[in-house]
Amino acid sequence: MSDTALAAKLAKAKELLDEHTRQTIRWHFSDATGCPFWLEKKKEFKFDPLKEVNCFEDLKKFPNFEDEWLRGGPIRRWVPKGLADKPVYVFETGGTTGIPKSRMVIEDHWIDYENFSDTLPDEYFPRGSNWLMLGPSGPRRLRLAVEHLAQHRGGICFCVDLDPRWVVKLLKKGDISGVKAYADHVIDQAVTILSAGHDIKCAFATPKLLEALALKLMDKGCSIEESGIKGIFAGGTEFTPQWYRFCREELLGPNVYITPTYGNTLMGLACGKPFDPADNFKITYYAPQPRAVIETVEFEDYNQVVPYGATGRVKLYTMTKELFVPGFMERDEGERELPHDKYPWDGISGTRPFHEFAATTTVGVY
Amino acid sequence: MLDIPVIRWGQPYESMEKDKVVHFETGEVLATVHQANGGIIKMDMRKANKARDILRQFSIDQLCSMAEKAADLYQNATLPLGNGTQSPAEFCRMQSATTGLPEHMCAGNMKKNAYVLRNMRHTLEALTRGLPLEILTKGYGMESRGVMVSYQAQTNVLGMVLPSNSPGVHTLWMPVIPLQIGLVLKPGPQEPWTPYRMYEAFAQAGVPREVFCVYPGGPECGAAVLETCNRAMIFGGTPTVERYHGNPRVQAHGPGFSKILFGDDMVDQWEKYIDLMAESVFANSGRSCISCSGIWASRHTEEIAEALAKRLGPIAPLPMSDPKSPLAAFTVPGAAKAINAQIKELVEAPGVTEVSAKYRNGERHVAHERYDFLRPTVVHCSSTEPAVANTEYMFPFVSVVKCEQKDMLSKIGGTLVASCLTKDENWSKQLLDATNIDRLNIGEVKTIQLHWMQPHEGNIIDFLFRARAFQNTQPPSH
Repeated sequence: MSDTALAAKLAKAKELLDEHTRQTIRWHFSDATGCPFWLEKKKEFKFDPLKEVNCFEDLKKFPNFEDEWLRGGPIRRWVPKGLADKPVYVFETGGTTGIPKSRMVIEDHWIDYENFSDTLPDEYFPRGSNWLMLGPSGPRRLRLAVEHLAQHRGGICFCVDLDPRWVVKLLKKGDISGVKAYADHVIDQAVTILSAGHDIKCAFATPKLLEALALKLMDKGCSIEESGIKGIFAGGTEFTPQWYRFCREELLGPNVYITPTYGNTLMGLACGKPFDPADNFKITYYAPQPRAVIETVEFEDYNQVVPYGATGRVKLYTMTKELFVPGFMERDEGERELPHDKYPWDGISGTRPFHEFAATTTVGVY
Repeated sequence: MLDIPVIRWGQPYESMEKDKVVHFETGEVLATVHQANGGIIKMDMRKANKARDILRQFSIDQLCSMAEKAADLYQNATLPLGNGTQSPAEFCRMQSATTGLPEHMCAGNMKKNAYVLRNMRHTLEALTRGLPLEILTKGYGMESRGVMVSYQAQTNVLGMVLPSNSPGVHTLWMPVIPLQIGLVLKPGPQEPWTPYRMYEAFAQAGVPREVFCVYPGGPECGAAVLETCNRAMIFGGTPTVERYHGNPRVQAHGPGFSKILFGDDMVDQWEKYIDLMAESVFANSGRSCISCSGIWASRHTEEIAEALAKRLGPIAPLPMSDPKSPLAAFTVPGAAKAINAQIKELVEAPGVTEVSAKYRNGERHVAHERYDFLRPTVVHCSSTEPAVANTEYMFPFVSVVKCEQKDMLSKIGGTLVASCLTKDENWSKQLLDATNIDRLNIGEVKTIQLHWMQPHEGNIIDFLFRARAFQNTQPPSH
């Protein structure tokens, strides 16, 4: 694509983002449609969002979103009045100890995964085929989201139960054999499902569980490919370039497609740039703009985006009808990447735990 | 700059991510080291049985000859390392520059490793109690006394999760290849040098490269080695040792809390042993599990502490390249500061006196921009009660503790090396029976004077092999 064509796409995406920002602000800060939390919070601001936020850049007028606001109830304060009659889900993140962060959701998890579905190649994720969901369940949204993705594509999702909080507890106790036993328990269930004639062709798995599943199948003289799986998406900061390469070259082989994703309960799902040998397994993510935006910002000034290629902390914005998050500092860092033809806005690569938290963060437990 | 690959059953593997090994004083990058991931290790270990099959194509005697040759290569040759080479002098300089151990101590450790390799036949003979070594290869055989014995290998490979800060520990895995067991090494991030050099020395001495894996990498690599090797050793602190306590697959090596114990019959001659005490505390900059961290006696403890403080207190850091450089540097940011703060708090306890401060002419903690030193410290404890009476740090630190002889064995706790100065036969019997002492020296032996023909923290033969019944004829009727 020529520079001019890409520049036009960038300009159009920016225009769309600004318009989406204005609509989001109108929705969340209008008395008729906004949620009690933001309508109350508005009173503390020295500016009127409805008048003074007219483009995406204007979101920097808001103070950073504090994740503590998501801990504890009442959960209804997050339900926009404009959606008050809808059935509400609550999904949690964290929560190994103390009160977890809660996010109320109505349909966002469906919309996010339907949008993500559009990025999946039908060749490897055949429409109508069944799915295996090998990741955390319980109060997390992932199970319902992946299940909806399968249904959206005409398939049925088989799930394995997994409680990451229990795994974190075992790790903190140093109970390595307990962790191993639990992982074996989970993988055994996945192997059983795959062997039961359900015609499963697609899967979601975390990198660790996918690795364990592939090795278990190898021990049984089988493989992911021979089990019938053609396409996999996986996510998490453990999805490193080295793991990507190992996965493609040694775990899966050339006929199984895998794509990395980056996301969380607040944001939705950022897609990986399509695999290109020239990237040398570098993984670049693009947020699902305009519903969510990722910026890579200076460690010392969270309102300042770093230059392309430079390292910064991940700053997240969510702008859906259900949730408004104007600048949430994620627990990750990475390098700012140039826009891509398919995703004409900034990306991020090399995501990893934010260095100031890294020593105390337990990552990749499932 | 050196670029060092992962080794997967003898094959170099270049990873996407690399770690930088830097000079602790200057920050200069000495090497980039490719990084394994846990999955690679788990994948490779599915072929671990090949290592033992390959090694059993040689006799143990042949492998001992190769170990002898490897000793010379390791100690004297310029060997390939990644995309470059490394001479013995470069090895010592680099090891010093990344671990903080003075160069002459690195050379000393090198000599020790080479000694063990060179004397492998004697070492194996001692550790097996004279077992005909082909029995280990074949699995069974008749001893000269006419008894059928059988030893079964419990693993095809030994996994080693190695530390960064203590190059002395490598002697422990030297006998593994001669015992026809493959080696899976996960080097400490700051000390890749010995595993790679030893791998190259063995290979050039004739050991097939296919029996070695070297996996530099993060904590997930250590976990994968421990998970997939049926026998593994790990080095760490007390929590690591406690975590693997009772796990027959893992031998965890941690602090030694090694001590010198004076019997009442000899304590009045304590002045004769001041050299023995000082060297036990001070050798290798106190950075070993076999370094003495406690001297226990029923009387004269104040004088002993005073004499040791006078000897050790004035010692100050010198450049790493100085042949008399006495102290290792702390290269992990904040570690020395934290230890110093902890000691300051501990010596405030009732009954504790820091004796070395007055001989030091300065602070214990010598801080530099990128590294620190802790100068030798001697404390006196008037009883066994204070917490500092039984501690160990990674620098020359010793507590001189007043304790009745009759109470010592119940108070010393787990002790890796106890050098006991006594001729009292009754007490000697009690010392021999004390299961909380691992290596027992009765006589004038420094805690750091190890005879490599003796087992260390468990006999590696017992760790790798299981003695079991084997019969190929009917037993005599009874």
